Formats: sequence, C-alpha cells, structure tokens
Amino acid sequence: MVEVYELKKYFAVRKTGQWSAKSVLKAVDNVSFTVRMGETLGIVGESGSGKSTLVRCLTRLIEPTSGKVVLDGEEITKYRKRDLRKISKNVQMVFQDPVSSLNPRMNVLSIISEPLSAHEKISKTERKSLVVDLLKEVGLNEEHMYKYPGELSGGQCQRVAIARALSIKPKILILDEPTASLDVSVQAQVLELLEKLQKEHSLTYLFVSHDIAVVRSISHKAMVMYLGKVMEIGPTEKVVNEPLHPYTKVLMRSVPIPDPDSVLTEPAIQGEPPSALNPPSGCPFRTRCPNAVDECSLADMTLKKVEEDRYSACILNQRRSDS
Amino acid sequence: MSEELVRFEDYSLDFMTLYGRIKALKNVNFQIRKNEVFSLVGETGCGKTVTSLALLGLLPSNARPRGKIFFEQEQLTAQNVEQKRGRDIAVVFQDPMTSLNPLYTVRQQLADVLMARRQVPKKEALRSVVDILREVQMLDANRVADLYPHELSGGMKQRVMIAMALSCRPKLLIADEPTTALDVTIQKQILWLMKSLREKHGFSILFITHDMGVVAEFAHRVGVMYAGSIVEIATKRRLFKNPLHPYTVGLLNAVPNPRVGGKLRAIPGSVPSLVNPPTGCRFNERCERAFRKCFKETPPLIEVEDQHYVACHVYGGDENG
Amino acid sequence: MKRRLSWFSVLVIFAVVIMALLAPIIAPYPQQALGEPNPAERLQPPSWKHIMGTDHMGRDIFSRIIYGSRTSLIVGISVTFLAALIGLPVGIVAGYYGGFVDTILMRVTDIFLAFPPLLLALLISSTMGKGFGNAIIALVISWWPWYARLARSQAVSTKNLAFVEAARSSGVSNVMIMLRHIFPSSIPPVVVQGTMDMGTAILEAAALSFLGLGIQPPAPDWGLMVSEGKNYFLNYWWIPTFPGLFIFLLVMSFNLLGDLVRESVDPRLRRRFF
Repeated sequence: MVEVYELKKYFAVRKTGQWSAKSVLKAVDNVSFTVRMGETLGIVGESGSGKSTLVRCLTRLIEPTSGKVVLDGEEITKYRKRDLRKISKNVQMVFQDPVSSLNPRMNVLSIISEPLSAHEKISKTERKSLVVDLLKEVGLNEEHMYKYPGELSGGQCQRVAIARALSIKPKILILDEPTASLDVSVQAQVLELLEKLQKEHSLTYLFVSHDIAVVRSISHKAMVMYLGKVMEIGPTEKVVNEPLHPYTKVLMRSVPIPDPDSVLTEPAIQGEPPSALNPPSGCPFRTRCPNAVDECSLADMTLKKVEEDRYSACILNQRRSDS
Repeated sequence: MSEELVRFEDYSLDFMTLYGRIKALKNVNFQIRKNEVFSLVGETGCGKTVTSLALLGLLPSNARPRGKIFFEQEQLTAQNVEQKRGRDIAVVFQDPMTSLNPLYTVRQQLADVLMARRQVPKKEALRSVVDILREVQMLDANRVADLYPHELSGGMKQRVMIAMALSCRPKLLIADEPTTALDVTIQKQILWLMKSLREKHGFSILFITHDMGVVAEFAHRVGVMYAGSIVEIATKRRLFKNPLHPYTVGLLNAVPNPRVGGKLRAIPGSVPSLVNPPTGCRFNERCERAFRKCFKETPPLIEVEDQHYVACHVYGGDENG
Repeated sequence: MKRRLSWFSVLVIFAVVIMALLAPIIAPYPQQALGEPNPAERLQPPSWKHIMGTDHMGRDIFSRIIYGSRTSLIVGISVTFLAALIGLPVGIVAGYYGGFVDTILMRVTDIFLAFPPLLLALLISSTMGKGFGNAIIALVISWWPWYARLARSQAVSTKNLAFVEAARSSGVSNVMIMLRHIFPSSIPPVVVQGTMDMGTAILEAAALSFLGLGIQPPAPDWGLMVSEGKNYFLNYWWIPTFPGLFIFLLVMSFNLLGDLVRESVDPRLRRRFF
C-alpha cells in the first residue's frame, strides 16, 4: 500500500552570522520502506530523527528533495501541482495536539465536513447525516455536533480529528504523535478506537511516536530512525525485545518499564545526539556507539535483511548474518 | 522507617473563579519521609501540581486552603514558608525554558543563585560554577558555563536547573514532571543524575509525574491522586503488584508496557468537574465496584496492610452499604 | 476608575450618534446650522437663547455642533472601514503566500506608507479638488497600509497553526483556507486598531478642514469651525472652544473604546485550575 524509495528531504540553512555559508540540514536522508495494506507501521525516534518531516513528505505537505513515494499504486511524487489534491483523497493526517488542530472558531459539524466539502459538492442534509454517522463511529454523539473545540476535552477533540480524517474514506492514515498530549486513560480509549477503525475499514496506519510503549501496543512493524536515517525495521515485538541495531538497543534500554521489579540502571549512553546540521559520515550513530569500528564511517546505511522480515542498517549486524 | 519530613494533614483547597468555586483538593493526607523518593501520580486535573504549589506557598490569591501542612514537624505559614522556599525546599519544573533568563549566561545565573542563597562572594561564585556543572554530569562543563540558555539543549537546561535547585542543599527537592519534555535517552540520564545526587547528599524528592514507567524505576513510595483526592498510597512494589483502589487498577491497565505489549483497557467515562464534583467518592461514576455508600460518603484514607493506604469503601468494612 | 472612564466613553459616543441621527429634531436652529447667516445676532456670548453662543455669521453654535457630529462620525467610520477593506485582503494574501507575492505586496505597501497624510491630502485636493469626499479618499490611501501590516502579521502566525496544516492536508484549496481560517483570526486585531483609529481619523479630518482642505464652508464641521473661529479666539472664546472640546471628547472616547474592545477580545479565559 505504501512504498517509499530513497526519500530525501534536505533543508538549506543559512548559518547565523555568515552571509554566504549555507549548511544543509538533512532531515530525511535516503529512507526506504514499505507498508502492507491493513498494517500499522510505528515510526519511532527521538527529537531530530526526522520522523515528522518524513511523514509530511509522504503527502507532499512538505516537498521531498528527491526520492519516490508510491501510495496505493500511484506514484505521487510524479504528480503535478494541480493533481496534488488527489493525494488527500487517499491519505489523511491526524496531528499531535488535538485542540490546536481544530479551528477554534468552527463547530464540530463544519470541522468534520470540511475535507469533504473541499472535494465534492454535497447538500446540507447529506452533510449532516454524514457527520452524525462519523460521530457515532468515533464514539461521540449528535449533541456534540454544534459544539466548539473549546467546549470539548482533549480526548473528544482527538476523536473529532479522527472523524474528520475519515470523512473522505481514505485508505491510509498518518498519525503524528496523536496521543502524546493525552492522559494515559484517554490515550487508551483513543488507541482502542484506532484499532477498531482499522479492522472495520482495513486502514493502513503510519504511526509516528516517541513513546515506545504506545508503538508496541498498536503497531505490527516498527521502524527506528536516528538523525534522518533508518536504523532498523522489523516486527514490533522483536525490535523492542530483541533489538539488533546498537541504537535500538540503547533506546530500548532507556525506556522505563511500568513493572514492580523495575530498577533504574545506569544510562546506556551519555551526552546528546550530534547536530543534524553536521551529522557524522556513514552511520550517524557511530560517534556514540559502543560497538563502532572504523568501517562504520564508510557505511552506506542501506537496510539489509538480517533475519526473517527484519532489516538493519548496521554493518555489524549484516556481517553476522552473512557469516 | 525513617523520620517524617513533610506531612499534609486534612488539607483541602478551593479556588474562587469566575466559573464558580473549584474544589481542587479534598482532604489530602500523606507524608514524605526523609531520604526517600515519594512520587505523586495522577492525570490532568488530579491536583498534583497544586499540591506542590501549596507546599511551596505559591498559591495564587484566589486560593482558599483549609488544613495543615507540616515541614519537619513545624506547621507552614505564609511567613515561614518564604524562608524555606529556595533553601530547605527547592523546585525543578517541567519547562526549563521559562525558568532561565535568556539574557544571562549559565555562569552568571548559577553564580547569582550562589550569592543570593549561600552568601558566597562574587569571585568565588563565578569560579565554582564549573565544579557545580561537573557535579550535575554536564559534559564539557567549561565551555557550557559561558553559553546562553538558548544554546543549550533541553537536557542541559534541566541539569542547570537541578544545579540551581541543589546549590542551597535543600532537604526536599520538588520535581514537577522534570523529564516529560525530554527524549527518553536524556530522561534516563537525568533520572540517574537525580538518583546519584540524592544518594550522595541525602535529600528527599517529591516527584510529580503521570508516567508510570518512571515511577516504577524511580520512586520508593507512591501516592495516587484522582480529582483532587489521594486514593492510594503504597510502596512502589506493592502498588504495582497489588493495586487496591479501582482507579489505580484501571490506570495500570491503561498503561502500555513495551516489553509485554498486550491489550490496553481504558477506563470508561471521564474526570468529573471540580466545580460540581459528585457527592461521596469522586470516582463513583466510573467505578465498576461502586455501591450505594460510594455515592453518599467520601471514603477516608485508611491503612489496609502495612504501609498501604486506600480511600475506598470496598476496603472500609461493610461492603454492602 | 478606569472602568468608569471606559463606560463614560461609550456614553459619549452613544450621545454623539444620537446627535447625528436626530440632528434636525434636536437642533434649535437647523437652518443656521446648515449655513444660513444671521447677521443680526453676530458674535453673541452663550445665553439662554443660544446655549453656546453664535459665531461670526450669527449662526447658533450649538446647532452647528449637533450637525457637525454627522461629518465627524462619517469620517471616522468610513475611513477606518475602507482602509480595512483594502488592507485586510492585501495583508492576508501577502502573509499567507509569503515569498515573492509577499515581497511585492509589502513593497507596494511601503510606498504608500511613505506618504505623510497631510501632504497626500494636499496633493489630492490640488489635483482632484477640495471637498469632503476627496478628504476621505486621501485619508484612506494613507491609512490602509497599517491594516495590511496588521493583517499580514496575523496571517503569518495563523498559517503555521496546526488546524491550517490539517486543512491543507485535507485538500482544502488555498483560497478556502484564507477565507475560512486566516481571515476570521485576522479580524480581531484589525477591529481593535480600527476602533482606536476612528478617533485619529476624526482628528486628521479636522486638521484637513482646519487647513482648508477637505470639507468646505459653510458646512458645520467641527474642524472647520475651529479653523474659522481661530481668529476670534481672544474676544469671542466660545467660537472655537466648543467645537474643539467636542473633537477632544469624541477622539478620547474612541481611544478608550478601543481599549475596551481589546480587553474583551483578548483571551481572558486563563484557567486557574492547577
């Protein structure tokens, strides 16, 4: 359903204090992956990993610098400007902060019906009945229709955002940290809803999150990003419990586990990630990696199959699987 | 069992606002002991931040408190709390952005704190900044000391905040969601730092958070709050192994565990209004085990097993109202 | 204290509006107000017959003040309204699209900003002739750039908000986004500014008529009355003083009203829960 080939997004950044010097911010650097229909891909990474930029490139909300994106068989990177609107029929996005992703001056009815009105002409009665159906699907009811976002809770706002995204019956839903600003119990409700909708409508999800626990509960596959590059991709359960890539190992060891026997262990890694403006050559993680060798600076960072259905960009993993 | 450092005794708090009287805290009772990490957990609106503000004496003018707060067995009043704030009781907040002045370097700000709180002469204060930064495990302390806040990352800023807070050797450090805005690897470093410093200097930490994973790793004892009341207090192990209050059970069921995965179960309904809270137990509308008494009387906090307190009628004696 | 002042200003404006609407009924000497001279009663001090006295043509000043409220209000409202009408779209388009479009539109705005209003008024009246309408045109031309700037900055900050991003990813066209999302949020600052500007517009129009541009005698315009009366100030103080007082009151009231509007539009709903 979703195929991404060698996607790149570079930003030209003018260095402060120098007129002509232009650095390049390689927000997304040569990313390739696929997602099957009805599957959820969890995209994890810390700040600066490029995950938010990546998903916005998939709908051309941000224009990619190069690379190919194929959605449901259509190569959208080839679309001309006037065809761009067709993309939104197939892919919709749900954003992080539910309250600010809804226009505070519009009521729920207008918000949910906006995407549909943008694509086709519908009558007022049709609009209303459609919105009522959608509200029921996301667990709200008719009385919410004339309310404004300010009158709704965070969880309710996110449901409205999901209803809006579903209004034009997309096949793919991109969710950028949809539960990050919600309480734990509300988050559970929203995740429950998302799973139900996925089953009912055979939706494909791309779920961006920095919260590994959330990704684990909802994704089939997980993709780990670091400084614009993909480190590892595979079934979520394996990536979390038996990480291959050294960065994934560090990441998983840093996640606090809500278990009575949890103990705070010494951090697996010190310091901060290097600046995205000047990432290390080859594997960007090599400067902090406990297993780094000289060849890491020359690594081409393409994902190679290391086990059944598991891919890693680490040359040490790849060597081990070859031998 | 070590001595008591902080005690909240039947503490209630209302706010007078345009929307009505917000009953933010209701009969809060708990203790923080010396040399322990006590975590207050709960979701938005449960009152955990307000509780810390009450302890610091930083409530806004429309606050109407009732009840008592004791620090080292001495009752806190508006006057003496000012003495203790910044000396015996220090704070680290969630967003270091607004706590650091963007116009001054790290060195200047840390030195300011030393001069004000510990009466260190200026020259000595400026020089000792680098040592203090090293103590909070700041890499490249020499260079960082002369940077401005906007040149620091989130993790680095929090280290500076921790350094500031600990510079006066407080007995209690209040940390209000200090790592919520940080990446998970940085969070680990900061938590480890706080643990090391606490073990070295022997102060207590009141750690406010909504992240149960962090609680599991970091806290000794936990207080669970819901809609302005404390519903359960227990040691960390007991809370996770044997949660008693239905809200705690529901909360733990809703928390995703990355190792285990599995189905999350949400708590139906939503948090009640604090302007018009329900009579009786504030969790009654959402509780599967609620019975008649729950809608009439507020359950008191009672000790059910050693060191394990619950405010729930299910454990209060007669189960059938 | 501040509250009382604000409500006083509302009262003043309300009174002036009533004056303007019911002028023919309230004014004791409507013909004199509209210019009919009355040489027999020239230069009379305030008395029971003429509450504010008469001017150098014997016309009842009080009646002229009442009729003068019309021109003042018309100027105040029309200048701000028309300036906003031009400035808002320019600002929103510039702010939303950014880049080349923004640069061009802003440079055009800058050109207009460079004109001092009075010189512009002189230019217009010398080429297009004097008169009330031309005075308004002159003021609108020198005024709209401010609203364009205001709208533009609001557009720039709004276009980065999540709900605009959401609309774009939903496939909503740029025009609809500007109409539905950007425009409504650009209105409040313009309304606040506009309310305060009404006072300034009246003042500038008065200045123009004082200089002989803009509205012409024998029309009962307050600025014109001050101008005509300035030569008589020493011995017949009431002639310029009353119109001047009214200008002052009305302008100050609009300024205070603007403050009031700003306070009510600001998000005062800061929850003080936890």
